[in-house]
Amino acid sequence: MSKTKKAELNAEDALRMFRQMLRIRTFENNANQLYLSAKMPGLTHMYSGEEAVAVGICDALLPTDKITSTHRGHGHCVAKGAEFKAMFCELLGREEGYCRGKGGSMHIADQSNGNLGANAIVGGSLGIATGAALTAKLKKTSDVAVCFFGDGATAQGLMYEVMNMAALWNLPVIYACENNGYSEYTKTEEIAAGSITARAEAFGIEAHQVDGQDVIAVNALAKSLVERARNGEGPFFVELMTYRYHGHHVGDINREYYRAKTEEEDWKKNRDPIIRLRSWLVENGHATEEALDEINAAVTEDAENAVAYALNAPYPAASEVDMHVFTDVEHVLA
Amino acid sequence: MSSPMLSMSWPEGNRMREITFSKAVNEALAEEMRQDETVIILGEDVAEAGTPFKILSGLVEEFGTDRVIDTPISEPGFTGIGVGAAMTGMRPVVDLMFGDFIFLIMDQLCNQAAKAHYMSGGKLNVPMVLRTNMGATRRSAAQHSQSLHAIVAHIPGLKIAMPSSAYEAKGLLKTAIRDDNPVVIFEDKLMYQDSAEVPEEEYAIPFGQACVKREGTDITLIGTSSMVQVCEKAADMLQEKGINAEVIDPRTIVPLDEKTLVESAKKTGRVIVVDEGHQSFGVTSEIASRINEKAFYYLDAPTTRIGAMDVPIPFSPVLEDITVPTPEGVFEQAMKLVSGELIDAA
Repeated sequence: MSKTKKAELNAEDALRMFRQMLRIRTFENNANQLYLSAKMPGLTHMYSGEEAVAVGICDALLPTDKITSTHRGHGHCVAKGAEFKAMFCELLGREEGYCRGKGGSMHIADQSNGNLGANAIVGGSLGIATGAALTAKLKKTSDVAVCFFGDGATAQGLMYEVMNMAALWNLPVIYACENNGYSEYTKTEEIAAGSITARAEAFGIEAHQVDGQDVIAVNALAKSLVERARNGEGPFFVELMTYRYHGHHVGDINREYYRAKTEEEDWKKNRDPIIRLRSWLVENGHATEEALDEINAAVTEDAENAVAYALNAPYPAASEVDMHVFTDVEHVLA
Repeated sequence: MSSPMLSMSWPEGNRMREITFSKAVNEALAEEMRQDETVIILGEDVAEAGTPFKILSGLVEEFGTDRVIDTPISEPGFTGIGVGAAMTGMRPVVDLMFGDFIFLIMDQLCNQAAKAHYMSGGKLNVPMVLRTNMGATRRSAAQHSQSLHAIVAHIPGLKIAMPSSAYEAKGLLKTAIRDDNPVVIFEDKLMYQDSAEVPEEEYAIPFGQACVKREGTDITLIGTSSMVQVCEKAADMLQEKGINAEVIDPRTIVPLDEKTLVESAKKTGRVIVVDEGHQSFGVTSEIASRINEKAFYYLDAPTTRIGAMDVPIPFSPVLEDITVPTPEGVFEQAMKLVSGELIDAA
């Protein structure tokens, strides 16, 4: 992205995005620790490394805009406005979690901020996001829907079905493909033939590729596409070139058979989205190193407090197990 | 719960007229779309074509292409769009042209629609109706003839309605559209041109209330969808032999009005469950099991099942006709139960 575009970003917006990226990184570090110390049931998928994607896009959205998220969804959830306490409670299966402990890491939904839910089926939410865009169009709400999905999901037929309809009906949806280079344990180049953006273009959908480690570039593109989608110019497709620092999930630790450590180190040292924005903030005189350290300390404390709170929060009562199967039956097995 | 018979009676002075099952579905949709502008129809050939069965004829003319939306032949895609539209404030009625295509949409229906409310701890609702069909003997072979309701009834979070006449078709569809949960309606496509008495005035039929179609004392015949007619014909044949059969239509299999079924079993002591899904691992097994569990000491004979044969539906009419339950088959089974013969029904 050019320097002129970067200069358009004001300090307040940049600092807000810096803080949000830090919050995601800090959330994930704590979640990883909870897994490694066997305090978290199940497993989870770390978003670390991809923060600029969720933050750059969600910062361009209003709370009323909708997103759908993925199994690697903590970043989207934080970026769309979620709080740590209810998120950690959900990861630990506690009653105060966003989903009362019934969804867990892979199903966190926060409809109050327009997050229609993470999804444990790869590509499973492509239809949901497109449907949310159909609602926006029919109800003339001017809401925009963003569908986050990974490069792995481009292998699902559903994507092509819904992109076709979104294009036919000019729906206000943005398909945000987070290309982190790996489809689970397989290099993307082994599972994706041709060009990913060309697939969207085949439907007449305007497609962009952007450096997903550059939050300013992502945000500038997102702001422009969101505004155009609100004005009825959608749908759009964006391929965000990014990287996940951890394995496919937290338990995927010995992964040299599919990915070299040197490659991981290169992305972490030279392309980290948080380090890059930090440098930009300091170089442009928007913040001092000390001020940014203070933000970091505050975020760290917030996360630690939330983890401590969640670890002591009550589990749902056993009687909750047959609730919420249907909207109109309190206990379906009663 | 009110008496199940009450659900068969209409308000005093209500004018009746005969309309087809197809017309009843059309009326339900039109009435709900007039009352609630969030109700939309999505599916293949639903607009100008009015579906291959012409059930939706006239709706696009009244409600326009914004609300009666023709989709490409992309069943998972338009079902997923229905789920997302439902989550965000619409009440989509998704039209799945043939019940057999339900295998194409299993992820959107069973992993997404059915579970969203539960997984979100009650925050997300999916008020979507999936209208589809069932029923063999239309000479449509193995991929356009199946009755697959048991497969989705297995998944918690979905309500399953099975109308047995034009009256039920209209009343159950109106309830389905107003329901805040995902509902799948299976219409027997062989009944679309069958007529029945339907009130002129508006009505809706509550879910989870079975209808006792005919009262009897000697044996209970439980039938779903068009199998209600099969059971009624069998009951007529039994009457000629002096056997008094009770016929019950559960109307919805989820929720299931277990109480009415079990009470009838206790009264008659003999039960046959008839359903057009494959017999094994199906609706007949589920209902028979519940009756055995809750009415065992009242039974004079084992509760038996008659489902479709456990074979893919064959094309040739001579083969296809023997795969589905018939009045004669139900009659013969009933005679065995009443006379105390051992049943080899597996």
